[in-house]
Amino acid sequence: MSVAGEIVVSALVVLGGVFCLLGSIGLARLPDVFMRLHGPGKATTLGVGCVALASVVHFSVRLNSPSLGGLLIILFVAITTPVSAHLVAKAALHRRLPQWRRDRDES
Amino acid sequence: MIATATNLAFALLGIAMMLAFWRLLRGPDVVDRVVAIDKLYVNACAMLPAYGIRMDTLLHFEAALIIAMLGFLTTAAFAKFLLRGDIIE
Repeated sequence: MSVAGEIVVSALVVLGGVFCLLGSIGLARLPDVFMRLHGPGKATTLGVGCVALASVVHFSVRLNSPSLGGLLIILFVAITTPVSAHLVAKAALHRRLPQWRRDRDES
Repeated sequence: MIATATNLAFALLGIAMMLAFWRLLRGPDVVDRVVAIDKLYVNACAMLPAYGIRMDTLLHFEAALIIAMLGFLTTAAFAKFLLRGDIIE
């Protein structure tokens, strides 16, 4: 495999891991449910997208023919993540969960 | 180089999954736990293609797709249940 391809694949894989970790830090650290939904919702889509794109590049270069299975994962995650976040946010609103405000202490 | 990068990605994704699991254990409300499960399956869905790159096999795409589908169904069903008290009305 060429060096340029290896560099691209490695960078995409590590970038995807970093994005997923950022989303999880948001999930663990932010103070209320809506923020915790907001944190991983976007970062995770990017993370999965980066890793799947890395695998598309890797196998396309290595097998010398396009292997586009990863694009299916990207498409599916990009469609379903906003939908599930929307549903969960609706559930959280329905349950009247407390919202964080700056002047109040952390609950 | 790819081996090092995938090892690093495994470590990062593992820490991410541990943080999500901590939120799953601790979360003050059910909704937090649902979000944590959502995050856990998406992280698994990101880990499988990285494992496929590392092992140089295309076998794991289908597994990642199935995990993504079942995870979305799980989250949707949980949210529906929390909203309506029932999944299929």
